[in-house]
Amino acid sequence: MNQTTIDLIKKGRIRRRGRWIAVTTALAVLTVALCCAMLLLGNTIYPVRDVAAVLLGEEVKGATFAIKTIRLPRMLAGLFAGFAFGIAGYVFQTMLRNPLANPNVIGITAGSSAAAVFCIVVLQSSETVTSVASIIAGLLTVLIIYGLARGKTFSIGRLILVGIGMQAMCNSIITYLMLIAKEHNLSSAVRWLTGSLNGVKMEELPVLMISFLVLVPLICVLGRSLMVLELGEQMATALGVKTDRTRVLLIVSAVVLSAIATAITGPIASVAFLAGPIAVRLVGTGTANSIPAGLVGAVLVLAADLVGQFAFEVKFPVGIITGIIGAPYLLYLLVRMNRKGAF
Amino acid sequence: MERNRFYPKSFIPVLVIFLVLFVLGIIASFMFGARSLTLQEVIDGLMKHQGEIYETSVVQKRVVRTIFALCCGAALGIAGVLMQSVTRNPIADPSILGVNNGAALFVVCGMAFFQINTASQYIWFALAGAVLTAIFVFGIGSLGRGGATPLKLVLAGAATSAAFSSLVTAVMIPRSYVMDQFRFWQVGSVGAGTWDSLVLLLPFLLTGVLIAVITAPALNALALGEEMATGLGVKTSLLRLVAAFAGVILCGATTAVAGPIGFVGLLATHVMRMLLGPDLRYLIPMSALSGAVILTVSDVLGRLIGRPGELEVGVLTAFLGAPLLIILTMKAKVRSL
Repeated sequence: MNQTTIDLIKKGRIRRRGRWIAVTTALAVLTVALCCAMLLLGNTIYPVRDVAAVLLGEEVKGATFAIKTIRLPRMLAGLFAGFAFGIAGYVFQTMLRNPLANPNVIGITAGSSAAAVFCIVVLQSSETVTSVASIIAGLLTVLIIYGLARGKTFSIGRLILVGIGMQAMCNSIITYLMLIAKEHNLSSAVRWLTGSLNGVKMEELPVLMISFLVLVPLICVLGRSLMVLELGEQMATALGVKTDRTRVLLIVSAVVLSAIATAITGPIASVAFLAGPIAVRLVGTGTANSIPAGLVGAVLVLAADLVGQFAFEVKFPVGIITGIIGAPYLLYLLVRMNRKGAF
Repeated sequence: MERNRFYPKSFIPVLVIFLVLFVLGIIASFMFGARSLTLQEVIDGLMKHQGEIYETSVVQKRVVRTIFALCCGAALGIAGVLMQSVTRNPIADPSILGVNNGAALFVVCGMAFFQINTASQYIWFALAGAVLTAIFVFGIGSLGRGGATPLKLVLAGAATSAAFSSLVTAVMIPRSYVMDQFRFWQVGSVGAGTWDSLVLLLPFLLTGVLIAVITAPALNALALGEEMATGLGVKTSLLRLVAAFAGVILCGATTAVAGPIGFVGLLATHVMRMLLGPDLRYLIPMSALSGAVILTVSDVLGRLIGRPGELEVGVLTAFLGAPLLIILTMKAKVRSL
């Protein structure tokens, strides 16, 4: 390798690094701005001074209740859940090397939800048990889908088809469970089915935040190996990545994160699926994009929730807005992949 | 004499078995429900035409429901065969292709923007929705190399379904009257069947069956491949168009009167293909029979499982049909995905 090549590589690295930093900073600023907007906007618009005072723990008449009990939990839930969905989706998409492979499409979310609804409706179990069951069910679903799709040779196409079948089955189980549910269980069961930030309570958030603080750094650290995994199994092994261990750790973290987030906000459609490609488009390939993907997820959820709350005469839950944004993109992606003959 | 045996070997036993199942299904459908009747009560109810006794009115309700389920099942079974032959794709089914959600979207828009509110109006909107969605999904799914492969079609269908169901909710949320009407249509299942809806369904069913029977031999030729079929004198593009049209109106009309019911076409056809082989002249009528049996039995099961209410038949067929989709996927060669 002569000097000019090395210079070129170095330059490229510096450029990519610069772009990564710029984009990530911009996304972070945008996220913070949206968080502020979530706190400021509402039926009554309180002055910034009042909001700041409430956040610092002072009592402001009227504002304290609206901000502390309604807007703050809503904002935090949107922020953390959005980040969790975004990063989990990115992990799946990168690992399976297919933008369509994400927990929603391949039935993992449906598996989690079915288990959660079963716990709520049939076993009447506590929230902790429900969350744990949903995580285990999510992981089991991954195992089942992977096992069924493996066959003689592994193919992503088969994995996705099996996942869609799995999802149809889980959904029919959920419908049945909802039918036999007692009325007082319905509201907590419905939460697992539609993505919404309505009625999030402060007490529910610590679990999400703690698992977030543990798992997101883990995913970021593993993110470097993830980049190498993107090159393909053999290449990754040759470069010294312990592929199996990395893969298992990443899948477990992604499933746990998105199951815990789902327990609080419900499955917010399309976020997991949109965040990764948008982040890659913004940052470019060749860098670890977990954090940008998470930020894009948070931005999407917060922005969609603001649109859902204020853009129309009626309030739409956030999942509807993201669903409507996401579906055309999904179709566009299909058209493009089909044209290229990716399948 | 051996040369005259032109039907598949297992045809007679399969026919007998399914006819028996058919009769048993009908009897079960008359007997079971929120309040089950004995066989004697059913017979009494059928014989006495005055609607005075409790049993009579129950049985008469169930008679309508059963006939309705049989017709819908037959229609969905034939629609399944037709769509699978036209696309030469083993997993084409109205629910997988997103046709159900397309019909639902059109019905909701009709309720919201054109103030439609009777079954005879729903059927036209649902039909239009079904046809347009089918064209759309096929269009996207057959882009690129290899035409409409299962994976491409299923993904296009899933994406379209997701888009449409978000739109359905978005149209519905601000309008509570639409939500009430639509819930009624969507939960409709076969329990909402009346003589009127049966009369609405019948012309479509007959047209579809007629086209299916007429095109069966030509579709057999198509199964040999495009060139072979042309060589045998089949106008392939016309044939595809006509057969696809029949498939779509069959499932569109069924969706319009009975609400979204998935996977029946898939189940009915594959059971028969397994038992009888690929000859469409037998596959089409027998899929109609097995579709009718599957839907009726699922409906009875739904009534028993969901007591005192009932579980919509579409939920059960999805539960039974989804594993089949998985099995078919596992059996398929990676190349053809």
